[in-house]
Amino acid sequence: MSTLTKQTLSHLDWLEAEAIHILREVAGQCANPVLLFSGGKDSICLLRLAEKAFRPGRFPFPLMHIDTGHNYKEVTDFRDKRAAELGERLIVRSVEDSMARGTVVLKHAGESRNKHQSVTLLEAIEEFGFDACIGGARRDEEKARAKERIMSFRDEFGQWDPKNQRPELWNLYNARSHKGENIRAFPISNWTELDVWQYIQREQLELPSIYFAHTRPVVRKAGLLQPVTELTPAKDGDVVEDVLVRFRTVGDITCTAPVESDADTVEKILAETATTTITERGATRMDDQTSEASMEQRKKEGYF
Amino acid sequence: MSALEHIPEIDNGLLRFLTCGSVDDGKSTLIGRLLFDTKTILADTLNAIEKTSAKRGMSAVDLSLLTDGLQAEREQGITIDVAYRYFSTGRRKYIIADAPGHEQYTRNMVTAASTANLAIILIDARKGVLTQTRRHSYLASLVGIPHLLVAVNKMDLVDYDQAVFERIKADYLAFAARLGIKDVRFIPISALEGDMIVDRGERLGWYDGPTLLDILENAPAAHTEQAEDFRFPVQFVCRPQDSANPELHDYRGFMGRVESGEIAVGDAVTVLPSGATSRVKRIELGGEHLPRAIHEQSVTLLLEDEIDISRGDLIVKAAEAPEPVKQIDATVCWLSETPLSPARTYLVRHTTREVKAKLARIDYRLDVNTLEQEATTGLAMNDIARISLKLAQPIVADRYQDNRATGAFIIIDESTNNTVGAGMIG
Ligand SMILES: Nc1nc2c(ncn2[C@@H]2O[C@H](COP(=O)(O)OP(=O)(O)O)[C@@H](O)[C@H]2O)c(=O)[nH]1
Ligand SMILES: [Mg+2]
Repeated sequence: MSTLTKQTLSHLDWLEAEAIHILREVAGQCANPVLLFSGGKDSICLLRLAEKAFRPGRFPFPLMHIDTGHNYKEVTDFRDKRAAELGERLIVRSVEDSMARGTVVLKHAGESRNKHQSVTLLEAIEEFGFDACIGGARRDEEKARAKERIMSFRDEFGQWDPKNQRPELWNLYNARSHKGENIRAFPISNWTELDVWQYIQREQLELPSIYFAHTRPVVRKAGLLQPVTELTPAKDGDVVEDVLVRFRTVGDITCTAPVESDADTVEKILAETATTTITERGATRMDDQTSEASMEQRKKEGYF
Repeated sequence: MSALEHIPEIDNGLLRFLTCGSVDDGKSTLIGRLLFDTKTILADTLNAIEKTSAKRGMSAVDLSLLTDGLQAEREQGITIDVAYRYFSTGRRKYIIADAPGHEQYTRNMVTAASTANLAIILIDARKGVLTQTRRHSYLASLVGIPHLLVAVNKMDLVDYDQAVFERIKADYLAFAARLGIKDVRFIPISALEGDMIVDRGERLGWYDGPTLLDILENAPAAHTEQAEDFRFPVQFVCRPQDSANPELHDYRGFMGRVESGEIAVGDAVTVLPSGATSRVKRIELGGEHLPRAIHEQSVTLLLEDEIDISRGDLIVKAAEAPEPVKQIDATVCWLSETPLSPARTYLVRHTTREVKAKLARIDYRLDVNTLEQEATTGLAMNDIARISLKLAQPIVADRYQDNRATGAFIIIDESTNNTVGAGMIG
């Protein structure tokens, strides 16, 4: 038999093809899935992948955002605009409603609402009877995520049991669940931050403006730049500086820090990402620094 | 910009590989070394593991902490589940599956191997070929990993002695021949010191082969270099009739991934199991029309004739159609803590199709250490066995050795929806 050097896909095409396959498996196996769309860069990639997977048809799922009420306006505006352009249904459920219902109780008024999204998410899953939530988490983000399955099973309480996960072999995904349980599906599990930026560049995806360099008042604290906003005002003794910054990840205002950067185009961000010395979460997330295992803990409790 | 046209020249695609070895052979250290020397580890991560290393009273940074991710693992200091790691050299992107070496974790190794195209088998230079080495090599060949790389590690502890390396290589080749392993290469390394991983180091001058990273950079990315038959399991059917666009009224797109082979516009196809035939009218990817699609590409196929096709059907080229079967012989690995019950009905997921299945017989169980066949009436977790299954509806399958995608299946327990078994037909 003759051997030939077979043509293979470039790494981005491969990742794209894998993600499309996963999205179609969710659509084929689950009765009532939903795609979690925050307006952040990972879920913006998910939307482009969903277009590639399902157009010219409609998406076989609505989009949903769990809003902490503490998001940057640039991001929520972008979220609404993008959903409208796509002509897909956007559901927004808010942590503030859970607080009003009494299902979320903050320890103090200033506490970050980030981890409380889990409660609102579970309430929304129950309200709509979703059997699968498609999310943009990546395995390179965090150690606990590195071991999570692409189709990750959650019990009735939304809990992830890392020691008892379903084996996942070949590309034979098992997205089955009984009523009340659900599946979290992660089509870009195998992507890194760099892959995401390369994809944004190749597909010329539009992003909320705060991903690009802009001047913003910040306070330097614990090695991070903490943005000064109405929600996070400067405290006595804080030195407020105007710094040229950009966000590498956009989340709750109270726990997402920007990085110093003059990268105002995708190309410059790509160059920076390729040579950066700090991980995405390390540079930007105040909530992951508490303990080495804090993400795992939150995931066990039903977090994305 | 079609997916096939914008491949940059330097992009050598993506390689998935697996590391295996016994406990303490240095898997985690090797992965840590690869990430470290390719500058994938970033300062804050290094900072965190430095702190942990110091807390545990270690003087040097323990690179294995990079991969041992879950709380339970960090506490016990062992790898208990498959972890995935990523690095990129600019030429190629890599996905590493770190599979644990303990005997009770055969299922994790099979899981990690199922998506890998290359396996690095680690051997501790002081210990040589062990029972576990044989087991890992057997499992790697069972799951059909086409390329094996035997890395003799901890060469620093045997004074970088060439004779030690040559003896281990000869031992390994003696049993590899019995397993029918063809493509196997050998390399001496020190994961701890970094010799022959990314840099050659100074102490292995007698070895004139490529470094470990060079081998990875040049390994074929495709699962097989042979031409394969075209296999396209239908995942989803797109019928946007309700759309405002009247042109889409008759649109019927069959969505799926080219699991093997390739397809071009105009090719004659057969739809299985119905046997209906047609020709490819169009190949689409995100609104673009492609002249052809190659293996691993996710696309939408439109056919010239209106035929009834749904999820679970398989589109093949007319001249390459396999026969539907209602009973399959297979090698299975049992994955669940609940043993196989010969009396129960299970669900088999094969490509995009699910069928009910019952055990017809167990031929034998295989001792993965001695490769001896044993008679048995049941299967427990980590057992590897030859079995036969009766199916409620026919499936269209190939032998696993001919086609990984259409030869593999998983077994699901409907009461828990757990994946309890993995099977390879043939
Ligand atoms: N001297 C020496 N020690 C090594 C080498 N590779 C790994 N080790 C040590 O062997 C021990 C086990 O390594 P680890 O990577 O955790 O093994 P794993 O169980 O296969 O993941 C650790 O103490 C490592 O520092 C090597 O090349 N030389
Ligand atoms: Mg280890």
